[in-house]
Amino acid sequence: MSKIQFEYFAPETIEETVALLQAHGEGCHVMAGGTDLLVKIQHRVTHPKVLVGLGKIKELKRISFSLKSGLTIGAMASLADVAAHPKIKKHFPSVAHAAASTANVQVRNKGTVVGNICNASPSADNIPTLLVLGSRVNIAGPDGETRMPLADFFLGPGISALKPGQFVTSLNVPVPETHTGTAYLSLSQRGQLDCSAVGVAAMVVMDKNKCKDARIAVGACAPIPMRTTAAEKMLIGKPLTHKAIEAAAVRASKETKPITDVRASAAYRWKMVAVLTIRALIEAQKNARKQ
Amino acid sequence: MKHHIRFKVNGDQYDLAVDPWRTLNDLLREDLNLTGTKFGCGTGDCGACTVMLDGKTINSCLTLAVEVDRREVTTVEGLAPSGEELHPIQETFIEKGAIQCGFCTPGMEMSGLFLLNGKKTPTESEIRTALSGNLCRCTGYNKIVDAIAETGKKMKK
Repeated sequence: MSKIQFEYFAPETIEETVALLQAHGEGCHVMAGGTDLLVKIQHRVTHPKVLVGLGKIKELKRISFSLKSGLTIGAMASLADVAAHPKIKKHFPSVAHAAASTANVQVRNKGTVVGNICNASPSADNIPTLLVLGSRVNIAGPDGETRMPLADFFLGPGISALKPGQFVTSLNVPVPETHTGTAYLSLSQRGQLDCSAVGVAAMVVMDKNKCKDARIAVGACAPIPMRTTAAEKMLIGKPLTHKAIEAAAVRASKETKPITDVRASAAYRWKMVAVLTIRALIEAQKNARKQ
Repeated sequence: MKHHIRFKVNGDQYDLAVDPWRTLNDLLREDLNLTGTKFGCGTGDCGACTVMLDGKTINSCLTLAVEVDRREVTTVEGLAPSGEELHPIQETFIEKGAIQCGFCTPGMEMSGLFLLNGKKTPTESEIRTALSGNLCRCTGYNKIVDAIAETGKKMKK
């Protein structure tokens, strides 16, 4: 690490941060927890000229919740804080679970949920759940604050929709309707330490035995974490029988575009998307009944 | 340009000028001579560099020195400040034979202590999960797990 040299700024306000990003342009990186960024620098994948650390902006550490505005997770809220937050555990158990399933204790104490999103890794553990919950990102930039659905945020592996001078200040998760259940399941070679080879999140809204709304998001099986909307449509308005779930899971698998890499083969991923989708939908349905 | 940082390590106040690209691990070992904290993988996998930052365990290899400005760091040296009496977790690691080559020990002790600070009587599975960011190539982990469970009991008394 010591040989790669860069400048560092620790702004105390969002405005100051935007001004720094604008002034330094390309080669200027925002750092939240740094647990991914510093590894990328170490591995010579990223060559920053300037790092802008967000650690001194107090408001970015905040996690807030209200029934009206939903859950807001600041860019500096650590994975450990999100995993342990009583309101998140109660109202968004799968969000807490995904944060708790990321990496190890030390990384969770420093790394952030928003950082995990901004890296835009197709296999990021926190993204599929947040996608099915209809999350939005709040972005600060030269033109002020903007909002964007999380679903529009990913453009490719490691590429987000952020424009020069912009950074994500927080993430907002709307409160789901009653009788909503969610679940996230993932597979990797070394438990939660390793990047996931496949990850599937499901959300269902139940109206008695009928499925009022369904969302499925798959990680690590396309250039971006993706929703499988055709599979979702097969379930909406219908009873969630095992047959219907199986058919939708097969469809979800067909919608993905996995590749073969060090973590798994494309063929394995296709099969596992279907398996995990079945399990996630069953679990989500169970969770919906609890409410 | 060097940054001026002011922070505490094991209760001692430091005012230093540091290059922004240097890690906390590098600063502790090379400038402050606190070599109890090890440098292992450099990528947050092995946990040999584990220290506490404001009471929470982190990888000092994935933390820039400039990030600890106005904050408090505890290293393994801080567990036994007198240099004579050991911390219960250190004593128990010796008693239980949880140390072989010793390279992972400081990190294991910091992670074990972070767990015990939140819960004095963790289950075996909770201990193993708490150590998921620390690798040991000698002991096979069992004695480390035993030592942490035993330390919890001692600390509860």
